[in-house]
Amino acid sequence: MKFSFSDEQQEFRSVVRRFLEDKSPTTAVRRLMETDKGYDPAVWQSLSQDLGLTAVHIPEAYGGQGFGISELAIASEEMGRTLLCAPFFGSTVLAATAILKAGSEEQKKALLPGIASGETIAALAVAEDGGLWDAGSVAMTATPDGGKYRLDGTKSFVVDGHNAGLIVVLARKPGSAGNDGVSFFTVKADAKGLDRRLLPSMDPTRKLARLTFSGVTAELLGKEGAAAGPLAATLDVAAICLAHEMVGGAERLREDAIAFANQRYQFGRPIASFQSLKHKAADMLLEVELAKSAAYYAAAAADESDAELPALASLAKAAASEAYMQTAIHAVQIHGGIGFTWDNDTHLWFKRAKSSEVFLGGADHHRERYMQSIGA
Amino acid sequence: MSQYDADSVRKDLRQWLEANWDPSLGLVEWRNKLIDSGWGEPHWPKQWYGRELPVGLVPVVDEELDRIGAVGVARMGIRSLAAATILAHGTDLHKQKFLRRILTGEDTWCQLFSEPGSGSDLAGALTRAERRGNKWIVNGQKVWNTSAHKADWGLLLARTNMDLVKHKGLAYFIINMRQPGVEAVPLRQMNGHASFNQVFFTDAEVEPEMMLLDDGDGWKVATTTLMHERRGADGLRRYPKPSGRPERIYQEEDAEIASALAPYTWYPQRMGRVDLILERARQTGKIADPVTRQEIAKVLIMSRSADWTARRARVAQEMGRSQGPEGSLGKLAASYIARAANRVHTTISGADALLTGPDSTMGGVIAEILISTPAISIAGGTDEIQKNIISERVLDMPKEPRNDTDRPFRDVPKNAERK
Ligand SMILES: Cc1cc2nc3c(=O)[nH]c(=O)nc-3n(C[C@H](O)[C@H](O)[C@H](O)COP(=O)(O)OP(=O)(O)OC[C@H]3O[C@@H](n4cnc5c(N)ncnc54)[C@H](O)[C@@H]3O)c2cc1C
Repeated sequence: MKFSFSDEQQEFRSVVRRFLEDKSPTTAVRRLMETDKGYDPAVWQSLSQDLGLTAVHIPEAYGGQGFGISELAIASEEMGRTLLCAPFFGSTVLAATAILKAGSEEQKKALLPGIASGETIAALAVAEDGGLWDAGSVAMTATPDGGKYRLDGTKSFVVDGHNAGLIVVLARKPGSAGNDGVSFFTVKADAKGLDRRLLPSMDPTRKLARLTFSGVTAELLGKEGAAAGPLAATLDVAAICLAHEMVGGAERLREDAIAFANQRYQFGRPIASFQSLKHKAADMLLEVELAKSAAYYAAAAADESDAELPALASLAKAAASEAYMQTAIHAVQIHGGIGFTWDNDTHLWFKRAKSSEVFLGGADHHRERYMQSIGA
Repeated sequence: MSQYDADSVRKDLRQWLEANWDPSLGLVEWRNKLIDSGWGEPHWPKQWYGRELPVGLVPVVDEELDRIGAVGVARMGIRSLAAATILAHGTDLHKQKFLRRILTGEDTWCQLFSEPGSGSDLAGALTRAERRGNKWIVNGQKVWNTSAHKADWGLLLARTNMDLVKHKGLAYFIINMRQPGVEAVPLRQMNGHASFNQVFFTDAEVEPEMMLLDDGDGWKVATTTLMHERRGADGLRRYPKPSGRPERIYQEEDAEIASALAPYTWYPQRMGRVDLILERARQTGKIADPVTRQEIAKVLIMSRSADWTARRARVAQEMGRSQGPEGSLGKLAASYIARAANRVHTTISGADALLTGPDSTMGGVIAEILISTPAISIAGGTDEIQKNIISERVLDMPKEPRNDTDRPFRDVPKNAERK
């Protein structure tokens, strides 16, 4: 449903919200973001085993819950709201979707149940040092080697890549160019020749890794040379989930900023009573509601196999980027000096807004992709 | 017009530098010479180390010093605000005691205005100063005080009377930061630096002669400081960089930058680093992208126009004319420019913008821009306050009705006590 949620979906959202409010207060976010691992295994276990969130959109045949992208997106929105530190985006949203879109029946049966149960943490490695998420810019090579392949090259900005046990990775046939010759592969994290390094990042709540492959043995995932299509479909789902994560974060920022403004006095009155602040609040509401509508519509479209999906995914990502960043700027500003401190929580979301802005391509990229998708 | 012009200034200064500049001198020794010659702050009054040079010619002096690599007087940070305030309202005793050591860099200053309960509303200060015997005794707390942990002296706005209306019950003091009753605790900022502080006063002492003007004039003096702070926020300021040169004076200057100026290393980043935009666009190839070019051009146009606006204001001042509205816009413009530059840097650097640490793009400078520009629209008076000032004082629009200036300060609604 593009314009409302079912009762079940609303119930699902409130269960997830209660869970995350309990397990991911900002004290936990702050503790985890300072660690290299970046997540709490106990919370991860309970998120996957008790709530089944890691399995949401994975079909029952592969050990999943069999819900749709809308439910995956609801979970993402709630995680964005509380800035949950966990390898959910890398493993469930990106890697599981890629396997679903690209893998053979047999591969899905082999790989997905582990991700669904949370026992396997997977990551999807697309971008390289250029920081672009598309098949055409993949430079890493896959050289056939007795039924398997040897991977050489570097992947960067790999979300949750340092924690993953299973890496789904994109590489191309030597000498190929553009979308041709690009295939998905799977690699075990402990494979020989794979070097993984955590990248120090401005947004410590989302862990990024740089993966260097030197003659790493890999298995083909899906059809050789045919990764471009499934990759695009995977990135559409990811863009939609990211848009949800972003509107979830933006909404939380707005709520916190207004709560602060209501109790903060300057000039003998609450700062919330100043008209310029009210106008900011109204703008924040407007921008975030528009972005929410776009995100919700796109998620429903994904479940309805809407032909317009690529356009909708990019639309949602572009709208959410602007709304989140603008909300974050307002939220810091409304807090004044406190908003610029480390101890105040606003900057945690501000940084997530910044990192989400460029993750999976910036708003400019998605606006252009939108135009191309609608034939303009 | 004045008896000076750019050529005569250049000629006189060159002559003086030829005879006096010597990089093997100590930093303070050299600055004392420069101060005595009147070239350190040439627009200052003649009896206080200056030459009464028109402000518009000061850049010529800076250029000449730069040309031969001569070090100038210490200017960074709150010390310039202290100097301007003391020049405007100080007694001869204040000027004698403080001005020279401000310029030599021997003393570091901080501004003790904001409090947990009053930032935009600075006149709502609750920090108390009470007269006990022949001392003023200060109790209370300030916050966001840049460099207070390094400061020798503070510019303190404190309440001396709770029963008067808020703007009348204030006094302005110069307080010695190096005393047992003053404790500065650095606060970490969202960009990881810790350049501002909480400052706690517990029976801290101030000599009566360390008050500027009289009891009750605190707000008037604070307004002078704030005016200089906001005028100085127009981006024309340069930040000293370590030169790495071997001569003694450069070594000492580098040491000063590393310690006293450490709180300011991220200040260029909070302005958005417009200077790096083209360089980065060329490095990444984004310079060829028509959309990015438009965005870059917008920032450059805004930034250059703002520079010229600031210069119009300075020239008006130099010619002895009263400044037009252009003088009040620099701070707001700087905020808009910083925000736009942040966006453009994000577009140009893409995913690379996220990375920090020595191995990242320009050693993390780009990422630091992205998380430092929010300071510019808060520090020194928020954008909203600037807009209120511009609309009410420059454009003469009706003032907001107020309920905090018509009654004893004691009775004005305030923030609940909080830690
Ligand atoms: C990097 C940095 C360095 C600083 N250095 C110093 C220093 O050295 N010394 C010092 O004393 N202070 C310093 N400050 C403090 C700074 O001046 C204050 O933070 C600022 O004036 C805002 O005050 P506040 O933080 O109390 O916010 P508040 O005044 O509580 O403001 C919160 C929000 O309410 C809005 N608001 C308040 N009043 C109005 C109104 N009338 N109309 C519309 N909106 C309104 C504000 O614009 C803001 O968005 C520094 C701050 C920063 C960020």
